[in-house]
Amino acid sequence: MIQPMAHIGRPELRTMPGAAPAKFQVDSLSFFYGKTQALKDITFQIPEKRITAIIGPSGCGKTTLLRVFNRMYDLVPDARAKGSVVLDGEDILTTTKLLLLRQKVGMVFQRPSPFPMSIRDNVAFAPRLLGWKSTKISEIVQQSLERAALWDEVSDRLDAPATSLSGGQQQRLVIARCLAVSPDVILMDEPCSALDPVATLKIEDLMVQLAHDYTIVIVTHNMQQAARVSDFTAFMLMNTDHRYGELIEFAPTADLFNQPQDSRTEAYITGRFG
Amino acid sequence: MTRNAWRRFSSGTALTVMYALTGLALVPLGLVLWFAASKGLPAVLHPEFFFNSERPTGFPGGGVSNAIVGTGIMVGMASLAAIPVGVLSGIYLAEYGVSRWASWVRLASDVLVGAPSIALGLFAYAVIVVPQQHFSALSASLALAILMLPVVIRTTESAVVLIPRGLRESGLALGLPRWRVSLQLILPAAAPGVITGTLLAVARAAGETAPVLFTGFGNPIFSLDPTQAMASLPLVVFRDALTPYKDLQQVAWGAALVLVVMVLIINLGSRWVLRRQIRLAGQL
Ligand SMILES: Nc1ncnc2c1ncn2[C@@H]1O[C@H](COP(=O)(O)OP(=O)(O)OP(=O)(O)O)[C@@H](O)[C@H]1O
Ligand SMILES: [Mg+2]
Repeated sequence: MIQPMAHIGRPELRTMPGAAPAKFQVDSLSFFYGKTQALKDITFQIPEKRITAIIGPSGCGKTTLLRVFNRMYDLVPDARAKGSVVLDGEDILTTTKLLLLRQKVGMVFQRPSPFPMSIRDNVAFAPRLLGWKSTKISEIVQQSLERAALWDEVSDRLDAPATSLSGGQQQRLVIARCLAVSPDVILMDEPCSALDPVATLKIEDLMVQLAHDYTIVIVTHNMQQAARVSDFTAFMLMNTDHRYGELIEFAPTADLFNQPQDSRTEAYITGRFG
Repeated sequence: MTRNAWRRFSSGTALTVMYALTGLALVPLGLVLWFAASKGLPAVLHPEFFFNSERPTGFPGGGVSNAIVGTGIMVGMASLAAIPVGVLSGIYLAEYGVSRWASWVRLASDVLVGAPSIALGLFAYAVIVVPQQHFSALSASLALAILMLPVVIRTTESAVVLIPRGLRESGLALGLPRWRVSLQLILPAAAPGVITGTLLAVARAAGETAPVLFTGFGNPIFSLDPTQAMASLPLVVFRDALTPYKDLQQVAWGAALVLVVMVLIINLGSRWVLRRQIRLAGQL
């Protein structure tokens, strides 16, 4: 028997995926590391300006799926994806505009990775390299830090090294850095797993804020986190016979946690395996 | 003897032996420094040693300013050639170094590190000195540049490899081209390590005699012309120490001391920079 969870997700958004326009249309996506298949036939749609959580046991392919969305897998020799993932009308698996894709789809990693430079330069780094007008850049720095809820804490020490910030601040700085190139989508791979509970709550609040303007996809091991912040949840599982990851269920977060349609989802969220 | 006492005894013995052997390893270094200092100081203590050029035996007031400047020019020109090429190759190996071509580059630079420096001198002699029919600082710089190149390549590579993968991925995830991430994000992060490597290469080039023996050749007259023969500190030591004249031998010791101190300073400087790199890498 599953206890129905109260306050899950943002209640005003507890609608079916169809209600929000799809940002990513994932269709029969399969993924291979060389000859090993890591994902099989994944089909779902990620709604725009919503928070979508991807949950599932370790090794089921959550990170692999997330890294398809900005083609980060290109760095892995022999990795390839089949099927299609359409973003704003264009299949990102075959796009040649890789750099534009990555500007549009930002990514935040598990470990905060501040660049070894000042707080200001961290945020200004990409806009400068992209050749944006220098008069606009200080504006971008402030705006991005404000949106990442970091401005008040660092406005008086923008020239201090980024490594002098706390872990939670570093992670928000990374988010600001990502916002500086005006993305539409922010991918987060276990962004809070290296943070303490207070810093985690701050990032979660920030995600909810950002979801007004950005599409957010977050991989998390923490089911409470998925329940707290996400509007939609995708549950993945590794197929025990073939050892590839599959999408078991995708639904509004409240539905997935309260009335899972698949017995495997139910088993996972009630803690019977994984 | 109880087992515990036996353990303590053997551990103590082993430690003592290790300390003794470490001390033994330091003896040659100490002796070199001691000899260079005690024999070289009398020459170095005269200020004109640094301002005058070499003089023949019997003419007091000789110095090594020509050799100091010559070493500076030749090593400087070699650095200008070897450091950019070496740093870029090192980055290439670290960032893109899985190809067949990269493993060839790696092999070649390993072979080059082990190449006898006199062979490099001979090469520069054959390629530049023989066709031009005169010695030149340029030919010496070529030999020194080849000497430095593999050191710069491999130290750059190992410094860049130390940079955590997360930094590279974060840069690429912002939509920046790969070469810009390599040159403008990874390289600055690895800079202290790269600087250490180049400093070590510079120190090595400054101290080498064989590559400049029949290229730069030496020149008792103060000269800034890179197309002509030029003096260098190791050559002063080599030539003057072999003469029977006390005053020239004195100059040789002085030049040796200057050289040892120069190399020592460069080495200590590079260690200091390296420590900063390690601290920085720990924070990333
Ligand atoms: N670079 C790679 N090369 C080969 N196989 C890989 C690579 N990265 C991941 N895999 C494999 O793909 C499968 C899925 O890995 P992935 O990292 O996507 O799982 P995950 O769900 O993110 O796990 P975790 O929760 O532990 O982060 C695993 O079996 C893993 O071994
Ligand atoms: Mg993962």
